[in-house]
Amino acid sequence: MFYRENGQFKSSYRADQQIFPIAQDRLAILVLLLVAFVVVPLGVSDYWMRAILTPFLILSLAALGLNILVGYCGQISLGTGAFMAVGAYAAYNFQVRIDGMPLIASLLLGGLCATVIGVLFGIPSLRIKGLYLAVATLAAQFFTDWAFLRIQWFTNNSSSGSVSVAGLNVFGVPIESPAQKYLFCLIFVSVFALLAKNLVRSAIGREWMAMRDMDVAAAVIGIRPVYAELTAFAVSSFIVGVAGALWGFVHLGAWEPAAFSIDRSFQLLFMVIIGGLGSIMGSFFGAAFIVLLPLLLNQLPGWLGFSISTALASHLETMIFGALIVFFLIVEPHGLARLWSTAKEKLRLWPFPH
Amino acid sequence: MGFFLETLFGGLMVGMLYSLIAIGFVLIYKASGVFNFAQGAMVLFAALAMARFSEWFPLWFGFQSQILANILAFIAAMAVMIVVAWLIERLALSKLVNQEGITLLMATLGIAYFLDGVGQTIFGNDIYKIDVGMPKEPLMVLQNTFQGGLLLSQEDLIAALVAAGLVVVLAIFFQKTATGRALRAVADDHQAAQSIGIPLKRIWVIVWSVAGFSALVAGIIWGSKLGVQFSLSLVALKALPVVILGGLTSIPGAIIGGLLIGVGEKLSEIYLGPMFGGGIEIWFAYVLALVFLLVRPQGLFGEKIIDRV
Amino acid sequence: MKLKSLALTAALVASTLGALLAPSLAQAQAKEQFFPLLVYRTGPYAPNGTPWANGKQDYIKLVNATGGINGVKISYEECETGYATDKGVECYERLKGRPGVALFDPQATGITFALTDKVPTDKIPLITLGYGLAASQDGGVFKWNFPLMGSYWTAADILIQHIGKTEGGMDKLKGKKIALVYHDSPFGKEPIPLLQERAKQNGFELSLIPVTAPGVEQKSAWLQVRQQRPDFVLLWGWGVMNSTALKEAVATGYPREKMYGVWWAGAEPDVKDVGANAKGYHALALNTSGTQPKVIQDILKQVHEKGQGTGPKDEVGSVLYTRGVIIQMLTVEAVKRAQERFGKGKVMTGEQVRWGMENLALDQKKLDALGFSGVMRPVSTSCQDHMGSTWARVHTWDGAKWGDMSDWYQADEQIIKPMVKTAADKYAGEKKLTRREAADCQS
Repeated sequence: MFYRENGQFKSSYRADQQIFPIAQDRLAILVLLLVAFVVVPLGVSDYWMRAILTPFLILSLAALGLNILVGYCGQISLGTGAFMAVGAYAAYNFQVRIDGMPLIASLLLGGLCATVIGVLFGIPSLRIKGLYLAVATLAAQFFTDWAFLRIQWFTNNSSSGSVSVAGLNVFGVPIESPAQKYLFCLIFVSVFALLAKNLVRSAIGREWMAMRDMDVAAAVIGIRPVYAELTAFAVSSFIVGVAGALWGFVHLGAWEPAAFSIDRSFQLLFMVIIGGLGSIMGSFFGAAFIVLLPLLLNQLPGWLGFSISTALASHLETMIFGALIVFFLIVEPHGLARLWSTAKEKLRLWPFPH
Repeated sequence: MGFFLETLFGGLMVGMLYSLIAIGFVLIYKASGVFNFAQGAMVLFAALAMARFSEWFPLWFGFQSQILANILAFIAAMAVMIVVAWLIERLALSKLVNQEGITLLMATLGIAYFLDGVGQTIFGNDIYKIDVGMPKEPLMVLQNTFQGGLLLSQEDLIAALVAAGLVVVLAIFFQKTATGRALRAVADDHQAAQSIGIPLKRIWVIVWSVAGFSALVAGIIWGSKLGVQFSLSLVALKALPVVILGGLTSIPGAIIGGLLIGVGEKLSEIYLGPMFGGGIEIWFAYVLALVFLLVRPQGLFGEKIIDRV
Repeated sequence: MKLKSLALTAALVASTLGALLAPSLAQAQAKEQFFPLLVYRTGPYAPNGTPWANGKQDYIKLVNATGGINGVKISYEECETGYATDKGVECYERLKGRPGVALFDPQATGITFALTDKVPTDKIPLITLGYGLAASQDGGVFKWNFPLMGSYWTAADILIQHIGKTEGGMDKLKGKKIALVYHDSPFGKEPIPLLQERAKQNGFELSLIPVTAPGVEQKSAWLQVRQQRPDFVLLWGWGVMNSTALKEAVATGYPREKMYGVWWAGAEPDVKDVGANAKGYHALALNTSGTQPKVIQDILKQVHEKGQGTGPKDEVGSVLYTRGVIIQMLTVEAVKRAQERFGKGKVMTGEQVRWGMENLALDQKKLDALGFSGVMRPVSTSCQDHMGSTWARVHTWDGAKWGDMSDWYQADEQIIKPMVKTAADKYAGEKKLTRREAADCQS
């Protein structure tokens, strides 16, 4: 009833091709952005912004990058943590070694370095496929783990191996308070989400999807596999690198290589699969699921009124997490995005059954 | 020269230990097409069961003999692994039939997290001991040729022999028994196997149980060497290059891959490591596997991936 | 129609947000002193982290059972970090806002590095007994860090002194080879600058052998030890790395008598399942162990016999358990000292506790009164010196228990003081901090 397209006629190609062709969708997005940009910084507590919303935003950006590689181009990558690490450390080096380097430039340059590494480790994908590629990408993960621990130059010769940044500001506006950090990340995420959405709707996006579905057929109709796969790695690593830089700079403040370990890679892959492969919206859903779940599980014993030892709580969390992953994959293997689109379709017909 | 040989032997034997774990991966992939990321967690779970049962049984049933405790614990741990296999098949795998590879991979990761949590909840977080009477002191051989002799770890040697024994047992199982033939049929083509009346569900439970058995053996060997604690599941990450190097569908591949990775790892760490400041062996193993894959994208002995358009 | 749906959606969203709007807790007047307990009872470091955490909790229970801190009861909450820096920071952020929060003991060097940047803003002190940044000994730069009783530089220094003594003199170290098998993390890398300095001064050759965290596979490291045949091996490990190292040492035939561990590699979980094979292994002892000390007896009587014990009874009195008790005692004494200045019987703020930590004067008499005679040496901190004591001993594993305590050694100030000052100045330069003024020492 509310979600009908009746009366919405497009009179130009531009209007027909927009991301949200239905007016109600556009409205919903507008309200969402309004809430995100205005209501949340003013209304929500500092703890929520610092501990929940900011990591959610940064991880959804990383999941977005990974989704482009795994969901749209079909290359399973288990080395995402490595690209986040490259982005973070590269941005750190740019920020610290060049005086007066603007923050946004450091972050973007960090992303570019991640792109270079991503393309390098993406070259094997031209020859190796499927699960073999997945495990081979772990080479990137372990190599960067080692490199940032051993090569002193990357950590600016810090004796402890951990690096930190302080005093972030953009053209004089400080990024210190939780609200400022949240807005900073939100701006990045919004811009990148828009860019990614348009990218996957464009010719290159279609090339990626063709490579994913049937790479031999794609090559037959003239899509260059090298170009398609390497650009997928490049774009994905860029976004993941920027997310990594944001994670280090804005969320953590001080970090060591263990912050981007293999657990992080698995976590991002979970987000992408649970959220929905091949869907921009799905990355956000997946990130929300994975970020909120441990918090919920942590607080649950308190709400239910009994206390358990931290070890047991930690194990229960792991168990429930694992069980929920399996449950979710059984119930909806295409992820939360599929649930969402099914819901929207039902809403289109409501209150009629068909 | 002597030290080089020591490193070589050490690498070969460690490689056999990796293949112990890799065999579990290959078994499951061969029969059901699932890449079982939970193998490491299964090794840990089996080892925890073995360690704790061998500790608890003497207390519960009041006897002293370590050997009896070990035997009973082994049987109990095997029973536990069969139950785990049955539960995994029933609750997870049968519901995920025909899903894409990546979905199944994620499901096994979820199972891995679950097993980690359950294992430590039931059995505990401390370091536990598995005492199967492995000799801990090294053996010095070839005292005449090399001054002081070459160091050979007895424990590793026995472990290597056990791994070889396991492969022989599995080979006999697959080639000579009816169940083994059924497993190979299922690995070849699920639908064809079903059409001639092979019960798919039961076969999968058997496969996961056999993988559980190899996880138990691997868990005992590694647990005896390192002590049983959560970090044991991380050893599986070192066995992954072995699996992809040897080929996901080949048990001899797991052995050969293990030997190659083991030797490559140790030699690189000792001779190349100091140039880079040390700690290179884990990524070196993966890079080595990657290089081999560039030449043979399906691993040394794996099935060629045929793309149909 | 459009306006109506706009209003409807806006109302829906606003109401959901109303639910999200967690009412910020008004800073209630704290009735109890709150001790956040960052622990790791899971993960590869749990075997060592658990007795430490149990010791801390048992001492809190003892203090509560005997009247609290001048009548102020202690409340506490554990938060699982798994030795991971990001979880540690998360726990910190969650617990730092509790009313009556006194200080944090991160139980991990990596977490300490991350929190050191945050505590000056949040005004909560950090106690890092026997670990953390070695440079934070310098209270002039590190106002909020307290590496009481030792850091990795004092630890390394004392080990070298002890080795020199057993060899018959520091000059006998010339030409010897010492290998450092270390956990490849900030914790393991911390002693390297001091060892390099000592190598220069005493003429021994230092070789560095890193072990990838968590140290579960060390065959290559010990093959390298076999290749280099060092005269001594220093073990800088934590958690499973320690027992694995000893097992590999057995497997490669390296004599355990030539191995010396840091005080975090010298406890029961590290040697228990290696047992007799680890006989002769030495390690630093920051404190004694055993059930004799009066405070341990008190805990057994007042806490465990009443069924309140946090961990198993046979763990009470073990090396790491006792260290946890010491850490908790020092924090309680700091609060007590702060109360002397800021109000007896009142709950102290983080800043006040910091002052207390900076003005600890626990002489032997006070330690005896608290029940710690024979366990540790007197601790006395000051504005410039946040360490308070640089003494330690070396104990040896005889196959069944730790014993055979050496004499007390004190770290060599001649070497350490200038290094600490340089490192602290470097840190201050990087973070754009200035040294504290003399007047600041009175606050």
